[in-house]
Amino acid sequence: MAAADLGGRQATAAPASPYAIELKGISKAFGSVQANKDINIAIPRGTIHGIIGENGAGKSTLMSILYGFYRADSGQILVNGAPVTIPDSQSAIRAGIGMVFQHFKLVQNFTVLENVILGAEDGPMLNASLAKARKILGDLSREYELDVDPDALIEDLSVGHQQRVEILKALYRQAEILILDEPTGVLTPDEADHLFRILRGLRDQGKTIVLITHKLREIMETTDNVSVMRRGTMVATVKTAETSPESLAELMVGRKVLLEVVKNPAKAGGIALSVKDLAVKDEHGVMRLKGVSFDIRAGEILGIAGVAGNGQSELLEALGGIAAATGIVVLNGAELPLTGPRANGKARRDAGIAHVPEDRQSLGLIMDFAAWENVGFGYHDDPRYQKNAWLMDNDALRADTAAKMATYDVRPPIPTLAAKSFSGGNQQKIVVAREMDRNPDLLLIGQPTRGVDIGAIEFIHKQIIALRDAGKAVLLVSVELDEIMSLSDRVLVMFDGQIMGERLPAQTDERELGMMMAGMGAK
Amino acid sequence: MTKLPTWVDVGLVPLISLTLAALVSAGVLLAIGQSPMQALTVMVNGALGSSYAWGYTLYYATSFIFTGLAVTVAFHAGLFNIGGEGQAQLGGLGVALVCLALPWPHWTIALVAAMFGAALFGAAWAAIPAYLQAKRGSHIVITTIMFNYIAAALLIYLLVNVLRPDGQMDPASANFPAGAHVPQFQEIPILQGLFQRFGADGQPRLNAEGLPMYQQVPANVTFFIAIGACVLVWVMLWHTRLGYAIRAFGKSEKAAVYAGISPLRIIMIAMLISGALAGLMAINNVMGQSERLVQNSASGAGFIGIAVALMGRNHPLGIFLAAVLFGFLFQGGAALGLETDIPIELRTVVQGLVILFTGALDQMVRMLLGMFFAKKGAT
Amino acid sequence: MDFATFLQISDTALRFATPLLLACLAGLFSERAGIFDIGLEGKMLMAAMSAGAVAAVTGSVWLGLIAAILGSLLFAAVHGIASITFRGNQLIAGVALNFVASGITVLIAESMFGQGGRTPPLEGAARFANIDLPLAETLRAVPILGPFYAEVISGHTILVYVALALVPISWWVLYRTRFGLRLRAVGENPASVDTAGISVVRLRFSAVIIAGILCGLAGAYMSTGLQAGFGREMTAGRGYIALAALIFAKWRPWQALWATLLFGFLQALALRPDVVESMTRVAIPVPFLDALPYILTVIVLAGFVGKAIPPRAGGEPYVKER
Repeated sequence: MAAADLGGRQATAAPASPYAIELKGISKAFGSVQANKDINIAIPRGTIHGIIGENGAGKSTLMSILYGFYRADSGQILVNGAPVTIPDSQSAIRAGIGMVFQHFKLVQNFTVLENVILGAEDGPMLNASLAKARKILGDLSREYELDVDPDALIEDLSVGHQQRVEILKALYRQAEILILDEPTGVLTPDEADHLFRILRGLRDQGKTIVLITHKLREIMETTDNVSVMRRGTMVATVKTAETSPESLAELMVGRKVLLEVVKNPAKAGGIALSVKDLAVKDEHGVMRLKGVSFDIRAGEILGIAGVAGNGQSELLEALGGIAAATGIVVLNGAELPLTGPRANGKARRDAGIAHVPEDRQSLGLIMDFAAWENVGFGYHDDPRYQKNAWLMDNDALRADTAAKMATYDVRPPIPTLAAKSFSGGNQQKIVVAREMDRNPDLLLIGQPTRGVDIGAIEFIHKQIIALRDAGKAVLLVSVELDEIMSLSDRVLVMFDGQIMGERLPAQTDERELGMMMAGMGAK
Repeated sequence: MTKLPTWVDVGLVPLISLTLAALVSAGVLLAIGQSPMQALTVMVNGALGSSYAWGYTLYYATSFIFTGLAVTVAFHAGLFNIGGEGQAQLGGLGVALVCLALPWPHWTIALVAAMFGAALFGAAWAAIPAYLQAKRGSHIVITTIMFNYIAAALLIYLLVNVLRPDGQMDPASANFPAGAHVPQFQEIPILQGLFQRFGADGQPRLNAEGLPMYQQVPANVTFFIAIGACVLVWVMLWHTRLGYAIRAFGKSEKAAVYAGISPLRIIMIAMLISGALAGLMAINNVMGQSERLVQNSASGAGFIGIAVALMGRNHPLGIFLAAVLFGFLFQGGAALGLETDIPIELRTVVQGLVILFTGALDQMVRMLLGMFFAKKGAT
Repeated sequence: MDFATFLQISDTALRFATPLLLACLAGLFSERAGIFDIGLEGKMLMAAMSAGAVAAVTGSVWLGLIAAILGSLLFAAVHGIASITFRGNQLIAGVALNFVASGITVLIAESMFGQGGRTPPLEGAARFANIDLPLAETLRAVPILGPFYAEVISGHTILVYVALALVPISWWVLYRTRFGLRLRAVGENPASVDTAGISVVRLRFSAVIIAGILCGLAGAYMSTGLQAGFGREMTAGRGYIALAALIFAKWRPWQALWATLLFGFLQALALRPDVVESMTRVAIPVPFLDALPYILTVIVLAGFVGKAIPPRAGGEPYVKER
């Protein structure tokens, strides 16, 4: 604690070391898993430093150690050349470290101002704190292009603005070192550009920025230096100007990777799915999907691009039978009921629709169930899994699971293991195996590779293309533009519950799609 | 946290929780100036010391099996049904109405009909909270508690104003007809011998007709029906589509909807089964023992079902064992009330402590064991 | 119903509403901090017994009050340890404590006094005296308001006025102080509090302790104000009714006052079947009137009086996430 006090608030007062943060020999294990292994890194003051690595490479653990969420098993942290101990977040804040988490830590029904002062109030009474914060917030907003209405409720703000609140929170606490964890996952390209402008502005004022991301492009465009993590170790730290996306990817994975998806031109057949004026209201009566219409042909992948939260989830849920909807949906000539007791996931499966949901952990799997039980999930009525009219045939389901695990390369191939014991990529393979093995007429697939390691990404992409080549229709929803561009035969862009336009991947670029995702440039 | 071996998780954790509950109970006894050892001796003698004592212990266990299964089925659907008490009382009403309706020719027919009545009334009493939970999101914990109070008021009204025969003082129904009498253990040929009465000279005592005399115990054929219910619930939960859907829904409502499982349907069915099981308890106490409907007929068994389900780790085999344990506790507690000046409410305290240690402080036990096993693994 | 009867029933309603209000505010603090507290009932019962027993032994109602708060706090601490420290199931912990309270209060009262689980009748300094508010008699002459002031508002024990005063105080604490801001934040999104460097555990424990103190007051009022001594199960589900009132009030202090007054009024009516009968002109069975507050609770929970959104993080133990 004493050490932390030494380190705090001295950043601006002619520090002795050129480094804002130095980590020396940091190790951290969870049980038998070595999350961080002898990490050494030195981050120069006044730079933007990228940290890149696959899921599970140990980036988040390392940052959590810096922010006092975990304590390292061994090693040393130096802030501005002085050793500090960071047993809790309060010490991290005192040492001048601010953190913007991937999932914002905001109170939804509080105002911006209340969120900013939470934990940094000036006294037991609120009014004085609020008045002071209002003034400081105004100054900060002007200085760094961080304008937000201090009296707005968080739940009324866009994600981009919510993120600004998180940055303001850190600056209000006089952070000199700002860590951002996957900050652009929820932003439009435009908003992301704005964010990077803000970050550069902060850097130019002498602040140090640590940017954690898995997007190579952001690293290349924004950072001064980049460190690569792989399986808990820091494999390299290089100047960004002296490296390339390909060599960074190779460092991340440990082998050469194909960033491009190889696929033949589509041989599209007749119309498989026809959607007309599909609309969805949420539980509060707000229109989330405002009447979209499109067709998908057999043997075609239709990609839906868009920033998260613009109606794509509702589109998948409406088609998958999870959310009630209005409009007309015709699959292979038969109209599907969109409301009432026949509008449910089982009826859609019976109609030939398979659905790999966006969120496999809360929708696609029962995490406490064994793998074999999850392979029956949604298909537990299937005659193949029944012994007789009364009893299920659990043995048949287990045998089928073992077969699927072999085909889809699920590791470890143990049907009785609980879903939560598998890695993200292998969980996704279980879902993909379950849904694709049905040979559906239409595959709905959302964020197929979110939180999935690069090896599994290649595998899942190949499966999607194989299904297309087998003459099936695929509706692909992803917030990763790269993924949309490389897999889709046609791309629709969604914004605010509507379709902004259609493009062919070969005839567009990320710039144009990005504008459309931000609601501009409709056709 | 260290992952515990299965046998520790399933066996040792509940055992340690139980031990802790027992230790705290002993502390309570010491605090009110009683001897825990004496209490234990009285309880063991009173509940396990003779076939007569077992006849009571198993009688209570039978009730607890039903209410424990009731809590468990709801629990697997993610629902905390605290309304077993009210549902069991309504089940008693169903039994009474069936038994009083006809001069039943044989107990087997009466039993089947009474089971139907008990299950129907118990299920009906669970249906309203279930529907409110499914359709209006009303918290089922509080609504089922409220329905316990409402059930108590309803039964008081019915017993005083409707079911009480003319000229009878106490608020109770008329006695059931003889044809509705189900065999108690001493009336079942194979078990009979265990309950034979002996004179001081060691010779069997004979009645006026020269036939052997038997001790009367309340345990009755319902005990075997309860065991059957355990098997059926186990099959239902782990070997049928319905059980699969109930368990999936209980783990994640969102995911269940994705899979095409209807929340309304599962909440309703799980609660109806739960209420029916709680109601079925009435064939044990109302039909098998008191042979008329009295006030507060469930006498807390509905609540004990919560402790039994938690202690039995929501598995029918565990519930059977836990129910016998609580049968011992209940009968032993009664013996305490008779033979010592320890109030019978000690039972409620122990029951609460068992729920606390097995249901809410189980993480504490796991953490402690986790540390122990982590150390063991390291050496 | 004539005016005199109305005043009489209103007076009783206020008495009945007081323990509900105190328990409701207890639940408010606890649940606003994200801890569902179904154990209000048990804490009240424990407090009622402690107050009754200590007041009977010492003859001092104030010592009884302290004992009530300590008894309730003991249970609150166990609830906190189970649901905060060990992240156990908050509902099960509450239910368990209610059972323990139901049994142990009788056990203790019986071992102390041997009167069938009751404490001896309290009188004099062992009970809270009724306080006549200033000018109660002078203002009686003012039409309508005068008698209302004299009959309904005036003439209660100190705890009634404490309960009423706690409504604005709770509002002020929750919405105008740093502590209140943090408390509300921890019930909505504990991660926001944790990442701000404030201890979630400490905040939630403070809330649980406040709930314990308030339940202590509620229980003390039961046995030393409303009644003259403790009797087994004397809280009779008031803890649960307070929870329903809390939902009715949408977790806000002023609304809690109105909700508990309504429930108090229903309980008061149940004591006067003659009045109900004369108003409805139908003979309503007494058990039905007894069940009325419980039935109303179900109706409130069914959301027929508006949908209530509980604190978002309520009922969930907080586990640090990266």
